[in-house]
Amino acid sequence: MKILFFGNLREQLGTGEIELPLAPGTNNIAELLEALKQRGSEWQQALSAGSLLCAVNQTMATRDTLLEDSDEVALFPPVTGG
Amino acid sequence: MITIAVQAADFDTGQEIRQLQADRTDVGGIAIFTGQVRDTGDKPLGFMHLEHYPGMTEASLQQTAEQAAQRWPLIDIRIVHRIGDLLPGDQIVFVGVSSIHREAAFNACEFIMDHLKTHAPFWKKEYYRDGSTQWVEAKNTDQQRNARWDQHN
Repeated sequence: MKILFFGNLREQLGTGEIELPLAPGTNNIAELLEALKQRGSEWQQALSAGSLLCAVNQTMATRDTLLEDSDEVALFPPVTGG
Repeated sequence: MITIAVQAADFDTGQEIRQLQADRTDVGGIAIFTGQVRDTGDKPLGFMHLEHYPGMTEASLQQTAEQAAQRWPLIDIRIVHRIGDLLPGDQIVFVGVSSIHREAAFNACEFIMDHLKTHAPFWKKEYYRDGSTQWVEAKNTDQQRNARWDQHN
């Protein structure tokens, strides 16, 4: 699974993209976030923001959106375009 | 017709309006909005960087335009949004909408901007002249403005 990070979150994590196999027990975005938080204190802190938004296959998603290994997931702060 | 562009290059507002006029005789009104980089904060702004999510950005703007087209009787919609490094005074975004009557054009133009600001995956980072930087925070007022459109269908 490809996971992309944008904006301030990308800077906090020090990476814009990681590739991970979808682990057993990780069925949705909420569970993916919990798994990613185990990667270190920066991850724990940066991914705890309740305002964090997510997209699955380039469509806005929610914490309970189900995941498949072939998905492209993106995590990012609230958008500020326009 | 819906036309979407996400680009680093500047755009020509006059040219965009002429595209909306085209050779049609059924257009009664065109409403446009252009947004630009402002330098009104406490610290003088050097430049602003606009990051985006390639692919999703274009799809998101397309969906916003389609929602507007479902809601109002529109003829054409054009959205141009710039990315990359922009200086104070530079243009960021163009939204232009043509319709038979002005009410639909005014409303759709405002709806598209409100929806774009709360949905399209862009992130602004400000680089100040003193060397410091700051990611622009999303505003609650933008969420509230967009929520108004859900209330009066």
